[in-house]
Amino acid sequence: MNLKSMTQKNRLQAGGRIDRNQPVNFEYNGTQYQGFVGDTLASALLANGVDVVGRSFKYSRPRGIVAAGADEPNAVLQLGATEATQVPNVRATQQELFNGLVAKSTNGWPSTDNDLMSYIGKVGGRMMPPGFYYKTFMYPQSLWDTYEKFIRKAAGLGRSPLENDPDIYDHINHHADVMVVGAGPAGLSAALVAGRTGARVILADEQAEFGGMLLHSNEIINGLPAAEWVAGVVAELSKMDNVMLLPRATVNGYHDHNFITIHERRTDHLADLAPKGQVRQRMHRVRAKWVVLATGAIERPLVYANNDVPGCMLASAISTYIKRYSVVPGKELVLMTTNDRGYQAAFDWQDAGRKVVAIVDTRAEPTGACVVEAQKRKLKVIKGSAVIEVKGRKRVSGVVIASINAVGDRVTGNVRTLSCDTVASAGGWSPAVHLSCHTGSRPEWRDDIQAFVPGATVQQQLVAGAINGSYRLAACLEEGGHCGALAAANAGFGEQSDELLEVAIVDNEISESASMALFHIPHTQPTSRAPKQFVDYQTDVTAAGIEVATREGYESIEHVKRYTAMGFGTDQGKLGNINGMAIAAKSMNKSIPETGTTIFRPNYTPITFGAIAGRHCGELFDPKRYSAMHRWHVQHGALFEDVGQWKRPWYFPKTGESMQDSLNRECKAVRDSVGILDASTLGKIDIQGKDAREFLGRVYSNAWAMLGVGKCRYGLMCGEDGMVFDDGVTACLAENHFIMTTTTGGAARVLEWLELYHQTEWSELEVYFNTVTDHWSTLTISGPNSRKLLAELTNDIDLSGDSFKFMDWHAGTVAGVPARVFRISFTGELSFEVNVQANYGMQVWEKVFEAGAKYNLTPYGTETMHVLRAEKGFIIAGQDTDGSVTPMDLGMGWCVSNKKPFSYIGKRGMAREDCLKPNRKQLVGLKTRDPKVVIPEGAQAVADPKQPIPMTMLGHVTSSYYSACLGHSIAMGFVRGGLDKMGEAVYYPQPDGSVIEAEICSPIFLDPKGERQNV
Amino acid sequence: MFSIYCPYCEEHREEDEFHAKGQAHIARPLDPESYSDKEWGEYLYFRDNPRGLHHELWVHATGCRKFFNISRDTLSYEIKETYKVGEQPHFTVNQDK
Amino acid sequence: MSDLMTKTEFKAPPQPAYALMNQLPGQGPRAESPLYHADLATLANKGPVEGGVHLQEQSLLGHLVLRGSLQNKSFVKGFAQVMGFKLPGALQSAEAGEVSVRWIAPDEWMLIVPGAEAFGIEKKLRQVMTGHVSIADVSGGQTVLVLAGKDAINVLKKSSAYDFHDSNFPVGKVVTTTFAKTQAVIRRIGPQKWELVVRRSFADYIWLWLQDACAEYGLIVRG
Repeated sequence: MNLKSMTQKNRLQAGGRIDRNQPVNFEYNGTQYQGFVGDTLASALLANGVDVVGRSFKYSRPRGIVAAGADEPNAVLQLGATEATQVPNVRATQQELFNGLVAKSTNGWPSTDNDLMSYIGKVGGRMMPPGFYYKTFMYPQSLWDTYEKFIRKAAGLGRSPLENDPDIYDHINHHADVMVVGAGPAGLSAALVAGRTGARVILADEQAEFGGMLLHSNEIINGLPAAEWVAGVVAELSKMDNVMLLPRATVNGYHDHNFITIHERRTDHLADLAPKGQVRQRMHRVRAKWVVLATGAIERPLVYANNDVPGCMLASAISTYIKRYSVVPGKELVLMTTNDRGYQAAFDWQDAGRKVVAIVDTRAEPTGACVVEAQKRKLKVIKGSAVIEVKGRKRVSGVVIASINAVGDRVTGNVRTLSCDTVASAGGWSPAVHLSCHTGSRPEWRDDIQAFVPGATVQQQLVAGAINGSYRLAACLEEGGHCGALAAANAGFGEQSDELLEVAIVDNEISESASMALFHIPHTQPTSRAPKQFVDYQTDVTAAGIEVATREGYESIEHVKRYTAMGFGTDQGKLGNINGMAIAAKSMNKSIPETGTTIFRPNYTPITFGAIAGRHCGELFDPKRYSAMHRWHVQHGALFEDVGQWKRPWYFPKTGESMQDSLNRECKAVRDSVGILDASTLGKIDIQGKDAREFLGRVYSNAWAMLGVGKCRYGLMCGEDGMVFDDGVTACLAENHFIMTTTTGGAARVLEWLELYHQTEWSELEVYFNTVTDHWSTLTISGPNSRKLLAELTNDIDLSGDSFKFMDWHAGTVAGVPARVFRISFTGELSFEVNVQANYGMQVWEKVFEAGAKYNLTPYGTETMHVLRAEKGFIIAGQDTDGSVTPMDLGMGWCVSNKKPFSYIGKRGMAREDCLKPNRKQLVGLKTRDPKVVIPEGAQAVADPKQPIPMTMLGHVTSSYYSACLGHSIAMGFVRGGLDKMGEAVYYPQPDGSVIEAEICSPIFLDPKGERQNV
Repeated sequence: MFSIYCPYCEEHREEDEFHAKGQAHIARPLDPESYSDKEWGEYLYFRDNPRGLHHELWVHATGCRKFFNISRDTLSYEIKETYKVGEQPHFTVNQDK
Repeated sequence: MSDLMTKTEFKAPPQPAYALMNQLPGQGPRAESPLYHADLATLANKGPVEGGVHLQEQSLLGHLVLRGSLQNKSFVKGFAQVMGFKLPGALQSAEAGEVSVRWIAPDEWMLIVPGAEAFGIEKKLRQVMTGHVSIADVSGGQTVLVLAGKDAINVLKKSSAYDFHDSNFPVGKVVTTTFAKTQAVIRRIGPQKWELVVRRSFADYIWLWLQDACAEYGLIVRG
């Protein structure tokens, strides 16, 4: 670390909104510096005389601080004292200084001050013309990875942390009657007037302090310095319960139906890491009845040769640094302006005791009060002229000025050089229309102010102040008050009385003369041969580059933007876009409105992923759903599988067991004695109504009319296309009362499906659906000893095969708890599904284990369940189906009724010609030649493994396991025409070049007659 | 994020309570068997994709679970109206023009 | 299996249309509410005593989902007759003593009663309601959380985009809405007091969520 400590050589002795009694130490590129509380990182760097803050993207030219706010293109730094707290893309102009802040420049590889790339950059004009990416890197494609790595490193786009961010981020939702964006003069008066009506008002501003330009203006409001008026308004607003004030909160997005997203930085100004328990950044999500945009305007720099040399700044930024931060970023200033407002920077510079070399006014005959003031101050005003070129590399050393013609497109002579270290340019103002664009509104050009203002919108939106092209303070205050009142009234609050509107009177407003429409300063050389004239600093787009783009035929401004990358940086071209459009328009001999504008998208400034994620991360990323017996599973060593959002026991390994060992043991226990599965996650839908049976017949492919009370039936559910999408067992509880089970993952979808058809097609059917998934705990007791085990737990259910048949259900008591017991089987063994109210699920589960010890009752998980059912050839909807298979494709034609009078969902779809073709992919069993080999699921079947690639693929494997009970591997999969190919061989080529051969067989590998479950 | 008036709850709710279910007013044919494969395919898969006014079916998924219709401008995303299943829209393309 | 068939009836109906079942055991079997594992009682004793949010689980209550049409007089009148108060209108709730009912949808209400009374009430409602009516006992499938305190509203605002402001959400109003990444039936039961009905399988997620969202205000668990 470099301990060289620089003095704050550019800091004034007095003034500004900084606290000289509170010094703040910080580190920039390894060097320790000092600033004060109230500084931004940018103002502190400037105070310490740091000129170069980065290297440019393409040409690696040294770059300095240009602006004082969100529009800053160059001072985009990497922050963070530790790896975990790294934050990229922080604008130094918006980062408040705190003790211990560590910042690094990113655009300087290998170092910002002196690097290799700058020498390449010198010839970079040839190397990296516009369209560079398209032209250079298209071929050879194999080298793209190399190019990209190099470019990203050289470009220095910042980096994400390699460690987890320890800070807390969150989201909060609000509803507002009036949302005011921006707390400058217009926003403050809008919020004040709206707040006084009692409406719910939110006022947000990206800066630490409310007031905007008023914090450093010389104007007098209601007899008070502007900043004092601000303090009074903020005090009044703070007392209103109906008003929420959000400083340090950037309104980053304006979305449909007046939905606003605000990125609030709550502790970024305090420390590298948020104080314990505090939320670092909060995303406010606001639904507003009315929105007042008072986002102000951004000053446009002028485009002149070498206008990127450190020391070239916006005129307004210079005023801000002097007046607000008490920093004069240089010694000798040349100001170039197209308008009266620009003069203020020279006045402030002079008031700070530094030398104003000249004011270069591009207008031939400026007449405003400011010109008189300049003369009074004995400042040299050079009229009808412009700074056509800057001298210097790491800092401005002088300027070349020349006379220009009246329209400003030609140098007319009188070329001479002035010595200076700072150039301020004032090219007029661009209203900050960004947010109004977010919902699709196109900005409109106004000739009178030479700028785009928000265009027509469908949002409930009002605009006030500089965003509306109203730059006079009195107009800002008046428009703000008016919009605040109108917005509140529209939202149902207050009367629009004049009394409310009298917010403030400006006492010292000065008259202005017309400004000149000038964007691109001419040079003695043609643009293509003049030194680079930068339009977009961050993406290194030059005036010449835009001319090249239009010459090459890119006439749409959207194409010019993409071809040159103008506006593609993290600053979205806040400074450069309008200049770029003007240059494109000029080179195509069109007007700016004819050329059109690109529109801005969220976010206004870069936002952290933390703020986007909020609390939805880590354990809370997605809900984890648990059954009532989950604790038991954890205690007994289960590993879990995600099924939808559910955590289901996957298998229960014992010490030292491999997964296959566990599966073998669990499978054998079920086949030999008895096992138990927690089946609570299956979807369960309670269906009541006299037409319930009819409804079931319409949504399932099989028949339901004859299902008696006390009986269960398996059903397949298809879409209108005839493709299977879910399955399950439904039981008839009473004449008009059924309970349907669905797959675990399909529960919500099936319920919505039933409601869709009931509500939109068959509302005449009397039926109600209610989810009871969570209400019942389901314990599946399966295996030859399941009856004996269950008999020990119930004394009011006759479990004998005669009385309690396969696919029957009975009510009774199990382990002292009322239960519905279903005799259904997904394992092929004698099985009972015990359903009890979920509050008692754990109790019954434990009692079953107490009784089950002597039968070696074994808990089994989903993987064992999969093996057991695959041994029986039972499908799993979603694993063995993929939305493209009919019941017939599954070999389940037995589950399709063609006798039902109603054309049930799926019937017509299944009858399509394509669905009836004999050669469709059909589900079959697969037995590998080598009984130990398990075919990978997803493996593709081919008839001839020697066929040259691309081979003809016949289908794929959907389920594949090793069956310990059978002593060989088993699989199910689709094979084209497979049902007619029993006994034939198919081949599964593997990525390693080997081929697995299998024989097509029935998918029922075990007990084809079903004798085991019918005992 | 849309703000959607649920005609059953009778107030505006945030979009995260709803699911979009595609084009509205696509009635299931009463006699599917009389449809040719082509006609059935059109019923199943072919949907309008208008620039401007569109009628959509939505469901108040985490609210009252009721399906209803929305007349929405696909350009501006304005929701002109919401109405219950079985009701007809007040805004239609012809009238809108 | 029907519990409707009692000795006092003169003749058994041909076949009950709906399956009624008392799902609660007598004394003995232990019931575990959806947040049983969190052991809120112990936390209540050990935890902090000051904070902006209070949380309590009202466990093992009887939850019944009623479905029916307001055009069905036996449904509307039958409810009032059995419960002693009327079915509330859209987004409203009604309560009497330990019994409360929430509007869920135009044809759906959620009744919450003391756990042991659920079956008796279900039976009585079934007896007086005719026509197209459904009653589903969902007592095992959900639980009630009460969130109170001066910062409770902020926790709700962090969890749901619904407008919980006094002007939109007065005491007695009830909404079913998105809550974090699941859903909840939320009823305002006091100026700084809200009741959340959440699903069993999501209860742990909501418990974790609430602890996290309440952290900056201080969470006091009530037993």
